[in-house]
Amino acid sequence: MTKCYVSYHNITSSLGFDSATVFENLKQGKRAIQSVDEPFRFYKPFFGAVIPTEILNSAFQILTPNKDFTRLEKMLLLSLSETIKASGIDISDRVGLIISTTKGNIDVLDTQSQFPQERGYLSDLGKIIQNYYGFKNEAIVISNACVSGILSVAIAKRYIQEGIYDQVFVVAGDLVSDFVISGFNSFHALSDGPSKPYDANRKGINLGEVAASVLVTSNKKNLSEDAVEILGEASCNDANHISGPSRTGEGLYRSVKSALAEANIDYNTIDYISAHGTATLFNDEMEAIAFNRLGLEQTPLHSLKGYFGHTLGASGLLETIIGMQSLHHNTLIASAGFETLGVTKPLNIITETTSKKVRTFLKTASGFGGCNTAALFRALS
Amino acid sequence: MEQPYRISSYCHIKNSSVFLDGKDVNASPIQEFSTFIKSAAKQLETNYPKFYKMDNLSKLAFLAADVLLKNADLSSDNEHNIAIILSNKASSLDTDRTYQASIADPEKFFPSPSVFVYTLPNICMGEISIKHQLHSENCFFIFDRFNADPLWINAQSLLKRKKAEKVLCGWVEFDDKNYEAFLYLVEENGIIAHSPNEIKRLYKT
Repeated sequence: MTKCYVSYHNITSSLGFDSATVFENLKQGKRAIQSVDEPFRFYKPFFGAVIPTEILNSAFQILTPNKDFTRLEKMLLLSLSETIKASGIDISDRVGLIISTTKGNIDVLDTQSQFPQERGYLSDLGKIIQNYYGFKNEAIVISNACVSGILSVAIAKRYIQEGIYDQVFVVAGDLVSDFVISGFNSFHALSDGPSKPYDANRKGINLGEVAASVLVTSNKKNLSEDAVEILGEASCNDANHISGPSRTGEGLYRSVKSALAEANIDYNTIDYISAHGTATLFNDEMEAIAFNRLGLEQTPLHSLKGYFGHTLGASGLLETIIGMQSLHHNTLIASAGFETLGVTKPLNIITETTSKKVRTFLKTASGFGGCNTAALFRALS
Repeated sequence: MEQPYRISSYCHIKNSSVFLDGKDVNASPIQEFSTFIKSAAKQLETNYPKFYKMDNLSKLAFLAADVLLKNADLSSDNEHNIAIILSNKASSLDTDRTYQASIADPEKFFPSPSVFVYTLPNICMGEISIKHQLHSENCFFIFDRFNADPLWINAQSLLKRKKAEKVLCGWVEFDDKNYEAFLYLVEENGIIAHSPNEIKRLYKT
């Protein structure tokens, strides 16, 4: 099988508009989660991580837009423009485009929106991104709940290994809108302070807003200095419940097993785990059970949700980029918000940002609909 | 040489009718969706109380999958690694609009978790997975029309790499009052070649 790599990347977020700045902020322990009092997002203040609108709009002017774009489109276009530029790749007919989002331009359903409701069709969002950069191939939109971001990397690999494309740009993003805030709130899943993944006092999630993009390529001439090989990936359904995770972590367990089998490596070669860690009671408990079943309870693990909030369809891609930076800088980032273990099985949570030689990491995600995805990445140097 | 894969069966649901391999298995008068899908589920012996709690998109996908998987006569003794790859244009917009209406007016602010959970298109694959106990690969794609190539590419990739034994693929669309499901099963055995052209031909029948 053709080897595939994750190469050039960008993060457009509440902690900076490029991956290096964001990683530096994480090293310094900066968390973007704060009380947000913006009535256009929600009728009352909530704890979340959002990109300040003025900063987004002013950054977007770099692209000298000649028409109106929605907030999400601005985030996606900004992020993708940086990744395309860094890669130096010409958009030929051998280059694909994947867009990962759970809700897309969902804010246009609000009658206050200046955009027509039709803008809510995800295929329209795909066309806007595709046409803006002159992609020769139709955008592939993936909407698979909270695993979308990491699943998109797996799908990009499929397209390359099937010989359809040589390179695929993946861009992922979601908004913090009244739609998702009220929805998670109706599940009593929102935390009333900065979230505390795996902690005994965790009270739920914060929502966050990020666009992230990467180049997935099989061409060794197009590798960034921190590029990683995709060793293996898999997605397995829990087949248990549509809104709650499996009590045995079945889908996550199977996803990691299948990814390890494809990678043909043993579980003890994993240097660290970038887990999902939403800080809900059930999700974190499910992960602890699955990682214990896999023999990974001693492997250093973090959740990045305590920095960025849960960025939905962007989270898996965002966290993969941070993982790449961790390998490149041999630095493990502390799991923000964690103090005392609050799951029933042992986990080796990273409590302080530390220097450590790391080569291979596991990225996992889980979501509504019982979906789970696992992917294994290895540094090239 | 590469193993050629086959389409073993296919199912359409449209215009108040359910077709299995091109044959009408549930002739009924033209009626509105919710009445039709309930009576079709009953006639086709989908004995599954949770069906009635699903949103329109999930009902549609679930029934088409149930017709195909029952017809495939899978033994209940062992596990079946059947991946699911579905696609549509409108994502979950039908339920998104219902949910948005429940939060639009601060005076009548009644967001419901049982509606919110269906505001994701992949939930219908979760429903199918639960009923048929499929702990398998899932992915939901969005395109502006029925698009055979991505379904074909992804099914080929999963089968070749032995990530799945069979793949349940198709298109399941619910938008306003318009609906259509076209699902098919890809595996080693069957009489129809698994190719983009054959998929397009079956879609149009």
